Amino acid sequence: MTFDAAMYQFLLRMGDNTLILGHRVSEWCGHAPVLEEDIALANTALDLIGQTQMWLGLAAEIEDKGQSADDLAFLRDAWDFRNLLLCEIPNEDFGRTLMRQFLFDTWHSIQLGHLTKSSDERVAAIAAKASKEAAYHLERSADTVVGLGDGTEESHNRMQAALDYLWPYVGEMFQSDDVDVVLAKAGVAPDPASLREEYDAVLLRVLSEATLTIPDSRFAHKGGRSGAMHTEHLGHLLTQMQWLQRAYPGCQW
Amino acid sequence: MYAQMIKSEATQDDPEQLAAFQARIDAGEKIEPKDWMPEGYRKTLIRQIGQHAHSEIVGQLPEGNWITRAPTLERKAILLAKVQDEAGHGLYLYGAAETLGVSRDELTEMLLDGRMKYSSIFNYPTLNWADIGAVGWLVDGAAIMNQVPLQRTSYGPYSRAMIRICKEESFHQRQGYDAIRRMAEGSDAQKKMAQDALNRLWYPSLMMFGPSDKDSVHSAQSMAWKIKMNTNDELRQKFVDQTVPQAEYLGLTVPDPDLKWNEARGHYDFTDPDWTEFYEVLKGNGPCNTDRLAARNKAWDEGAWVRDGLLAHARKRTARKMAAE
Ligand SMILES: [Fe+2]
Ligand SMILES: [Fe+2]
Repeated sequence: MTFDAAMYQFLLRMGDNTLILGHRVSEWCGHAPVLEEDIALANTALDLIGQTQMWLGLAAEIEDKGQSADDLAFLRDAWDFRNLLLCEIPNEDFGRTLMRQFLFDTWHSIQLGHLTKSSDERVAAIAAKASKEAAYHLERSADTVVGLGDGTEESHNRMQAALDYLWPYVGEMFQSDDVDVVLAKAGVAPDPASLREEYDAVLLRVLSEATLTIPDSRFAHKGGRSGAMHTEHLGHLLTQMQWLQRAYPGCQW
Repeated sequence: MYAQMIKSEATQDDPEQLAAFQARIDAGEKIEPKDWMPEGYRKTLIRQIGQHAHSEIVGQLPEGNWITRAPTLERKAILLAKVQDEAGHGLYLYGAAETLGVSRDELTEMLLDGRMKYSSIFNYPTLNWADIGAVGWLVDGAAIMNQVPLQRTSYGPYSRAMIRICKEESFHQRQGYDAIRRMAEGSDAQKKMAQDALNRLWYPSLMMFGPSDKDSVHSAQSMAWKIKMNTNDELRQKFVDQTVPQAEYLGLTVPDPDLKWNEARGHYDFTDPDWTEFYEVLKGNGPCNTDRLAARNKAWDEGAWVRDGLLAHARKRTARKMAAE
């Protein structure tokens, strides 16, 4: 695999994570349990979409086929998406939404922390901005997970159910492949497997404070970041997200 | 404007105290939460600020309707930022209302069970992408007409909330105009969307100012108290005068065959909105009333476990802290 090909895949992975998760979070708009959460969720979605513009913008530049970040977001089909399966899981309830956010934010902030030291200056520059946002998202989602885990019996049960449901989607974050080997060697991005220890430490600390039990299975669904197999949910999400661009191609908006 | 048909409460206070209060208002002084105020002033303000706050909250729904379908990343980000601002406006306004001795939860309950209203405009649907531009241009535009003068309202916390909010609203209006301009200059299909949005939203926007002054009860007391700064007809005329040239610039047609410039008056003559429709919308018979209120009730009911959980956790934490001390 050439360096540019690996780089392109890596940037799609970063940008598709934030695009798809940002879409999911934005679905809450106007429907959150309390006004402060409406504001916080919109803010998180906004940060994620902003990061998408940067990652997919750089991806398009490296692809060098005259595409824009918008072309990549709105005109690729499901098999070309490279986001973690976790990001496309439907919101279900506020508990699952916040648990999904916490599981993602933990990985994201560790990953971005490493990327600020990337040998590629463009990657480091994006990470420098995004890592501040991710650190804030993590602070918020961790606090909420603790508050709801250690809240009422109902909130505890809902958070445990959310964790149990989402747990099989965690392992995919740490599966390395050819793309990762090329980038790790070049010092562009860390080897995903190398982040697991730090991730588990944060999870253990926060989830014990939340009085939640981490499932002991290490089984992991995969196929999102490689593109081999997404969930059924992604197609529906794209149908909605891409509809205008596809129905009225070539327009300026 | 986000507060319509606010009924002024009659006041039965000591005439001397009332006169002194009125003198402060006439002198341009600000009334602060700890100051004496007539009961009618307080109640009218709660109703008005509360209705304004509810409008910001319910207003998230028609715009939120398009976030997941926004056509570019940039437009999606702009819309998310706008809707986030609107929720923030709700927060400042509930804060201002709370200084009058009513809690946000009480106000929310009154919205949810229909005792309090929100602006009629949010009972209309957003049906094509150009509606998002049109909402910024027309709805935020109409809101600004009312809110800019309210920066000088007599109640301090309300005035300060308006000053913060107005800056963001004018930004929304410019962004909305820019979005619909892009459509009006675009393909035939995009032009059609822009015209369709204007056709549907023009009269509901005019309704935002409330019924004609001759039919508008209770205005006089609110104007004396500087809770209401202009008459409904003044503001509506100002809005039409400002908006018609903008529509012309876009090459869009305002859906009013009788619209024309009146040289003698120095204003546009225009057709009034259908007030029967307006009163139907207020009664709950607008195209989206039921769904809007159902959506807010669902969010509130399904969020109960979250609010309870966070509250229970905060109590446990305080108890643990006290036990440790
Ligand atoms: Fe607003
Ligand atoms: Fe606004």
